[in-house]
Amino acid sequence: MSSEAPVPGGWQPSRRWSLGAAVVVALLVLPFVPLLITSLGHAYFFPQLLPETWSARAWSRVLAADAATWPALRMSVAVALAVTAVSMAVAVPAGRVLATRRFPGRAGVELLLFAPTLVPAVAIGIGLHAVFVRLGLDGGVSGVVLAQLVPAAPYVILLVASVFANADLELEQQARSLGASWWRVQWHVTLPLVAPGLTVAALFGFLVSWGQYTLTLVIGGGRVVTLPILLFSVASGGDSSVTAATALFHATPAALALLLSAVVLGGRHAELGGAR
Amino acid sequence: MVADAIGGVRLWWRRHPGAATATGIAPALLVVGALFGAAILAAFSRSFGAMPDPLGAYRVVVADPEFRAAAAMTIAVAVTSTAMATVLGVAAALGALRLVRGRRTLLALFQANLAVPHVIGAIAMLNLLGQSGFVARIAGQAGLIDGPASFPALVHDPASVAVIAHYVWKEVPFVALVTLAILRAAGEGFDEAARTLGASRWQRLRSVTLPLVLPGVLPAALVVFAFTFGTFEVPLLLGRSYPAMLPVLAHKRFIAVDLAARPEAMAIAVIISVFVLFVVVLGAVTARRAIRRVAT
Repeated sequence: MSSEAPVPGGWQPSRRWSLGAAVVVALLVLPFVPLLITSLGHAYFFPQLLPETWSARAWSRVLAADAATWPALRMSVAVALAVTAVSMAVAVPAGRVLATRRFPGRAGVELLLFAPTLVPAVAIGIGLHAVFVRLGLDGGVSGVVLAQLVPAAPYVILLVASVFANADLELEQQARSLGASWWRVQWHVTLPLVAPGLTVAALFGFLVSWGQYTLTLVIGGGRVVTLPILLFSVASGGDSSVTAATALFHATPAALALLLSAVVLGGRHAELGGAR
Repeated sequence: MVADAIGGVRLWWRRHPGAATATGIAPALLVVGALFGAAILAAFSRSFGAMPDPLGAYRVVVADPEFRAAAAMTIAVAVTSTAMATVLGVAAALGALRLVRGRRTLLALFQANLAVPHVIGAIAMLNLLGQSGFVARIAGQAGLIDGPASFPALVHDPASVAVIAHYVWKEVPFVALVTLAILRAAGEGFDEAARTLGASRWQRLRSVTLPLVLPGVLPAALVVFAFTFGTFEVPLLLGRSYPAMLPVLAHKRFIAVDLAARPEAMAIAVIISVFVLFVVVLGAVTARRAIRRVAT
């Protein structure tokens, strides 16, 4: 969204709107305030708003060299990278076809690709579990990756399709008619056109996997410990400071996405939020 | 020789666009369709035939008072959350457009919010709305309550306040971003025209802006409904344990020690999947008809 976007309604921007925006920002950030305070609180009793003493105890436990955080982080990253890689591998050809070609049965294909994003994850999980038990895929990393593809791949495909739909692919024809080979066209024309959008799509696939709890729980059966699984077991342990610190640690990619979107992309890539 | 062969293949490819289409789509359909299809089929087949009566699991589930209470509660929570998130999301988008400064910050926050996993939002809500949470502490400081016990239960409560609060917090940015994308694509031509014709602020909002965004906002609202109906970890952390919401109930039956409950879990999985798809398809068709009627 560029700053000179239209103002439907034509109301003059005023302080009232800034005040409203400040309230919205405050409400969006509000849930993280107690989380941050709790993670740094020592002897944080009702009705104190701020703890009597601050302490890095919870954080040093979560970030200790032998903490369960690190294996869980490695597992989350590995699963998310695998899910993203497979999603992108199927999404690039499919997205290009969906964006550029009309063919019979297209509506059916779109419905089949969209339905998995609507069906509850717990239903997909317990159905897949029955299949994976028979195939010996339950309780393992590969089973979790396969299961997470069900919600992740459709999003990536839809995003990649919108990237190709918005790209000016006629430039390819021009390059071809000027005598460039197919590979040269892909490398020098197509890739630069779609690379930023594909990066956003891949980021999205990563984030869908990163936040996935249900399928990892049902298929992994507690043996594939990603950060959300760890967070739940820490939360049931009852130490609210450590739980808060673990939750904030798990939220790091969201913070990075915020920085990336605000600083690097200059807020221009509102498309990032166009799908989920 | 090799170059000729490659050239021949490429020529055939160009003359058979159908083959190229199929090759492009096939891997995606294979991965998504096979996994999704296998999951749904397995749930279907396991929900039947476990008892002498093939529909036995469904009969047990539908007669179960916990299932009935769970269904009513889940639908109520999903409808309430969706309505609130849609109205507030559209309002936030219309407001955001009128900002001169701070619009980027707001958009960046909306986007970052989408990247926050549900689990984290739910744990944040525990710290915010629990009986010794942040809001309760503010009430305590203000002298409104004596102690945590006198703060109303907003977590694990019959009205599912924390669950709804989480969903609204998570989905308002989604609806707002969709609305902003529509408004940006539409430009301000219609609005300009209406203003030139002397339409007032509210007339323009009612007759120009809202009809403009509605065709895009309704599908987004349906997606929000599907999410708030089917998410498992949020009611697990913030909701009641009896009756539990439908996704939690399905999982409860799934992990029950009594293996006879497995077909019931599968039946609940089938019921909630079919229900969500039914509502979304019905909603999409109805919305499209209504929009066409208004447009003509």
